[in-house]
Amino acid sequence: MNLIRTTLAALAAAAVMTGVAPGAAEAAKQKVKVVFIGPLTGGVSVNGLGGRNSADLAVKLRNADPKAKYEYEMVVLDDECKPNIGVQVATKAASDKAIIVGVTHYCSVVAISTVDTYNKFELPVVVWGAVLPEITYGHTYKEINRINGTMIDQNAVNAKFSVGQGFKKFAVIHDTTDYGKGHNKYFSENLVKNGGQILGTFGVTADQQDFNAELTKIKSLNAEALYFGGLTPIGVRVRSQMDKLGIKAHFIGTSGIMSDAFIEGLGPLAEGALAFREGAPVDKLPGGKFFTEKYTAAKYGEAPEAYGPFAFAAMTLVLDTIEKVGPDRKKVRDELRKTKDRDSIVGPITFDDHGQNTVAAITKYVVQDKKWVVWEDSEYASGKRKLAN
Amino acid sequence: MDAGLLAQFVANGLMLGMMYALVAVGFTLFFGVLDVIKFSHGDVLTVGTFAGFSTFLGLKAIGVANPWVQVAAVMLIACGAMAILGALIARYLVMPLKGAPALNVLLITLMLGTVLRESVRLFFPDGANPKPFPKLLPTDALALGSFTLRLDSAILFVAGLAVIVAIHLLINRTKLGLAIRAVAQDEETAKIMGINFTLIVLATFALGSAVAAFAGVMNGLYYNEINFGMGLLLGVIGFSAAIIGGLGNIYGAILGGFLFAALQTVGAVALPFASAYKDVFAFAVVIVLMTIWPTGLIAEKTSERV
Repeated sequence: MNLIRTTLAALAAAAVMTGVAPGAAEAAKQKVKVVFIGPLTGGVSVNGLGGRNSADLAVKLRNADPKAKYEYEMVVLDDECKPNIGVQVATKAASDKAIIVGVTHYCSVVAISTVDTYNKFELPVVVWGAVLPEITYGHTYKEINRINGTMIDQNAVNAKFSVGQGFKKFAVIHDTTDYGKGHNKYFSENLVKNGGQILGTFGVTADQQDFNAELTKIKSLNAEALYFGGLTPIGVRVRSQMDKLGIKAHFIGTSGIMSDAFIEGLGPLAEGALAFREGAPVDKLPGGKFFTEKYTAAKYGEAPEAYGPFAFAAMTLVLDTIEKVGPDRKKVRDELRKTKDRDSIVGPITFDDHGQNTVAAITKYVVQDKKWVVWEDSEYASGKRKLAN
Repeated sequence: MDAGLLAQFVANGLMLGMMYALVAVGFTLFFGVLDVIKFSHGDVLTVGTFAGFSTFLGLKAIGVANPWVQVAAVMLIACGAMAILGALIARYLVMPLKGAPALNVLLITLMLGTVLRESVRLFFPDGANPKPFPKLLPTDALALGSFTLRLDSAILFVAGLAVIVAIHLLINRTKLGLAIRAVAQDEETAKIMGINFTLIVLATFALGSAVAAFAGVMNGLYYNEINFGMGLLLGVIGFSAAIIGGLGNIYGAILGGFLFAALQTVGAVALPFASAYKDVFAFAVVIVLMTIWPTGLIAEKTSERV
């Protein structure tokens, strides 16, 4: 079968090259649809667009590969980082039987609210950016897998590292979604374990504009550091309003603020901010250079952002799976769950019995000269610069 | 709590209150002259802010770098453009529905608000993302113990105060103000006295919308960040402030704005539970106040219930 296809394709190509009208329509590959869902509009859309471009790149590379059995079409849907919209688009994707598999969601609140939908409509998905543990561990659905790590590990590393840097007294601001609450929970637990202390915890709504009241209170607590459990847009607001009130506490965030938008929104104020993300940095992986080169060559309008490589790896993984077992949801679902030690640009992928990729390594990042720099490579680690306090 | 900290809370609350009050004034002006509630007010504020932001980008592109010139131009264009937009909304959406039930105006402006908001999101380049608003005012800070007073905040507050005083003078000391008051009190009689009713309504809507644009630019300069949804909550809070103050009364709206900000600050600071509930607290108190004084703290002489 494969041989015939290849031969036909070669014949068609030869026909085109010799100027003969290509009459080999039967050589066209079967079309297979996959879906990408992420926040393409709204405050965190930079991450969504970076993820979309990265997933799109994976599809394009596959379609350009003459050895691919199918021709893939990526349907792109926008979840706006809102649970209600997320469930709508998830239902839309899952009820379209032509769609075989999905690479879905950056926002934890959306990812957690859509798991039931995917299970009900039996659409296998690989989550590419959301970090709430319950997305994979809160149920036993076979459809849900996740390529990136959870927030448990990054907060454990964060707490230990921060205390090691001399930050012991913390104030916490977190958004009151499941995402922010989860970060707060795991960070606080780990901080106390490492001998740190939480002076005050403030929950804020995810679209809050004014943080002066909370920050003034934090100022009176004389915290050494402020832990922020939330996403880029309010992270930018909190950090800039801290400055206006003259708060000296060091700003320590999560993977949720790891975006170029954070640095652009703050300018010089971003300097020294810390963040933590699972997996090794892309440019340190063997496939990282490949990804960066291809991404640059494709000339997308937006940067891949922190989770783009995960979206790329997730899309590559699901396409590989379709190539292997054919465009059938149930077969793809079962095959995905069997993924073990699969090479990818974000490191080897192994799904546990909840579909969670077991990535152990957490990388520490610091903003240095308007860039997220791996801590160990930064001038802060070498002692050339000091984290202000 | 030491004095410096208390001063900081008061300063924060006053800034917030000033913005709310300026939005509330618009609601109350519109209700005064036409007895309508214009729900697109918050989104007019957003459009005004983005108009100001575009002005800044334009000035930067042609090489005008003096921040004072920039602030003046941003304010002027934002307020001017919104005055025109406000008058257009009044002329073509609100006035034609004058005889219709008040609910229709409320609905049509609610829908217009969505159109304006989504238009900013879709048609402003990269409009779905928050935009960093430039720091155009001097950022020197004065630190007194735990109290930090920023020069830009102080300037904004004084400017807001000046706008309120200007509105006060306009309403009470000018012929236009007299006409607005006359129309608010009794439309028929005002017409008989030779007041151009349409013109006064348009002027009032222009005034209210310009003030909203001012509040929007002030918001941008204060937080240094704007987004397409900024007017939504400001609109709701401004409306609530106008209601608790007494819809139709300008001083009531100003009082309501500051009261709401005070409630939010108290909710975030003094209550033992998490600050996430500060809006819940503030709106709950508003509900209680409205049950006690259904016509607002400073009611119109002939009051109408909403």
